[in-house]
Amino acid sequence: MRHRYPKAVAVFCVVLGLLAGLGTFTFGYGKGASYLSNDPNTCVNCHVMQSHLDSWQQSSHHHVAVCNDCHLPHDKIGKWVVKGENGFFHSLAFTLGGYSDPIEIKARNRRVTQSTCVDCHRDFVHSMLPATSNGDMQNCVHCHSDVGHAGHGRVDATRNR
Amino acid sequence: MSNSRSSSFGWLVLLTALTALATFGVVALLVNIFERKQEARAPFTRVVEVTEVSTDPKPWGLNFPQQYEDYLKTVDDEYTDYGGNHALPPSKLEESPWLKRLFNGYAFSIDYREARGHAHMLADQEVTKRVTEVQQSGACLHCHASIVATYRRIGLEKEGENADAKALANGFQQEAVMAGFREVSTKKYEEVHAEVEKTPDGMDVASGDPHMGGAHPVSCVDCHEPETMAIRVTRPGFILGIDKLAKSDAEVPHLPSVRAWREAGKKGNYDPNTMASRQEMRSFVCGQCHVEYYCANKMTLTYPWSNGLKMEDLEAEWDSTTFPDGGEFYDYVHKTTGTKVYKAQHPEFELWSQGIHARAGVSCSDCHMPFEKVGATKVSSHWVRSPMLNINKACQTCHKVPEDEIKARVDVIQDRTKALIDRAAAAMTEMLDAIIEVQENGASEDQLEPIRDLQRKAMWRLDYIASENSKGFHASQEAARILGESIDYSRQAIAMAYRLELKDEEAKPADSQSTETDADAEESESAEESEASNGE
Repeated sequence: MRHRYPKAVAVFCVVLGLLAGLGTFTFGYGKGASYLSNDPNTCVNCHVMQSHLDSWQQSSHHHVAVCNDCHLPHDKIGKWVVKGENGFFHSLAFTLGGYSDPIEIKARNRRVTQSTCVDCHRDFVHSMLPATSNGDMQNCVHCHSDVGHAGHGRVDATRNR
Repeated sequence: MSNSRSSSFGWLVLLTALTALATFGVVALLVNIFERKQEARAPFTRVVEVTEVSTDPKPWGLNFPQQYEDYLKTVDDEYTDYGGNHALPPSKLEESPWLKRLFNGYAFSIDYREARGHAHMLADQEVTKRVTEVQQSGACLHCHASIVATYRRIGLEKEGENADAKALANGFQQEAVMAGFREVSTKKYEEVHAEVEKTPDGMDVASGDPHMGGAHPVSCVDCHEPETMAIRVTRPGFILGIDKLAKSDAEVPHLPSVRAWREAGKKGNYDPNTMASRQEMRSFVCGQCHVEYYCANKMTLTYPWSNGLKMEDLEAEWDSTTFPDGGEFYDYVHKTTGTKVYKAQHPEFELWSQGIHARAGVSCSDCHMPFEKVGATKVSSHWVRSPMLNINKACQTCHKVPEDEIKARVDVIQDRTKALIDRAAAAMTEMLDAIIEVQENGASEDQLEPIRDLQRKAMWRLDYIASENSKGFHASQEAARILGESIDYSRQAIAMAYRLELKDEEAKPADSQSTETDADAEESESAEESEASNGE
């Protein structure tokens, strides 16, 4: 009997199937689904983030805010845009290596954290906010550096004796 | 028909190729994720035994490849503005000709180059003209060679005990190490070097057979306990020195374990290996060698810490030291002036002790051996080098400011210190000229004595900061204070020299007007004049 499709199609289907299988396996093995969640443990899939998670757990905010609450914008679209962008660059950096360590926050991500601070604390700090939309203000974490990551990067002084 | 068939076949080939490419990418990613997950697991496997006799770093490298690789990198550090490595390190004597006058009469005036990294230190010592052209003492090997097993062997032999490779591997045996240290400390360089060569540098654990591989520079066993890998100090000079410091009343705000030992009643000796905190040890291992010491053959290698760690505390100890033969202590006789002076070695530990980083609990290792992530493992970098070559890990762990800004701050401190060093050097050379001049004009030894005191003080202070390897960074204000004092003492010596009433009045410097009157402080006006004109 004559095949309805040429052999090449069969080969292609096999290759495609392999890709789909491998892709599904890799997605599962790399805990891909977790990146769609809000769970802070997702961030330590990448073990360079361990110290950041540890310090967050000791911080004053860990009862009220997870990683995404401070590091992603609070509007729906902005959240997924920044999540996607950071996700891409983080995996690129971690896969290829060569990033600075201690990690330095990018200027645009610092603007995100600043906006999330203000978003939650607006009622309290509104009198300190700039009068115009492009006005200048000090970063909240310039002084309140411990709120998100308690003592992260601080030297453990030997004064305990 | 056949045309459309071949075009759809072409499409299939293209799609297959693209799918293959995508599959390739997914597999690569999968493997990468797998590797990253593996990295997160326990990284250390002990594949060979190392013992107290393993002065050869190679077998340690099999157990700790990352640290060993870092250690080997110390042979090719970059050159910073004020230090670092080079294939042929630049001569400091050519860069700063005043050093030749400062060290005139001392081996450093022959050959003095930028230091290279740890893995180079023994080879560089063996070829420097200071060693090849001048008879040096074996004490130099206290820091440049992995010598503790040799001390132990000689100590054991002296006590008539077994000193084969197995016995040497058998624990640190501090008593024996101390005995061996005392035994060879005043011997000649070549003799002690030959002793190091005679000591096994490893051992086949199963058979106990010694391995003879020659002498090694400072290596793993010098800072690590082979069984537990705990950091430790092994250098007898440091062990004796830090005990002296602990027993003194000197303030040591940055050494909590010393304060605790004092408060607990100063029982027995202060032993850093059992009493110091881990953070203190991370400085003590460096303080074993990066310090001021007496290192020649007239007496045992000595760290001058019985008054404290400040520059004048060390000076006071040298002032009150006499050689075993009863003579007054000095490092060398300055050739053109005949004054007995002190040579500051490289007081990094002492200067760091006066600085803000020490006070804040920051150890040497925090900046010079910062932790870095290798995969998921945190490793203390054994590529010991200038923090300026590694600002991200060395500084930014604590200082959340951009790299450029950090570099700029350090540059300001080092440039200021360098400018002060240059001024102190100019004052020092003018002082030497003035002393030579009054000597030629017949100044008596009685007249010269107070001037020689000032000369020794001025030279010691200048040398203290110039030879310290941070260009003032370890304690910037302290460095500036010391250089300020150096300039002052040089100028005082010049003033005093020109106020001398010399027998041969005609031969007096023409610009000195204080001929008949008392040459004391009231005459400072004319002294200043003479100093000023001399300065031109």
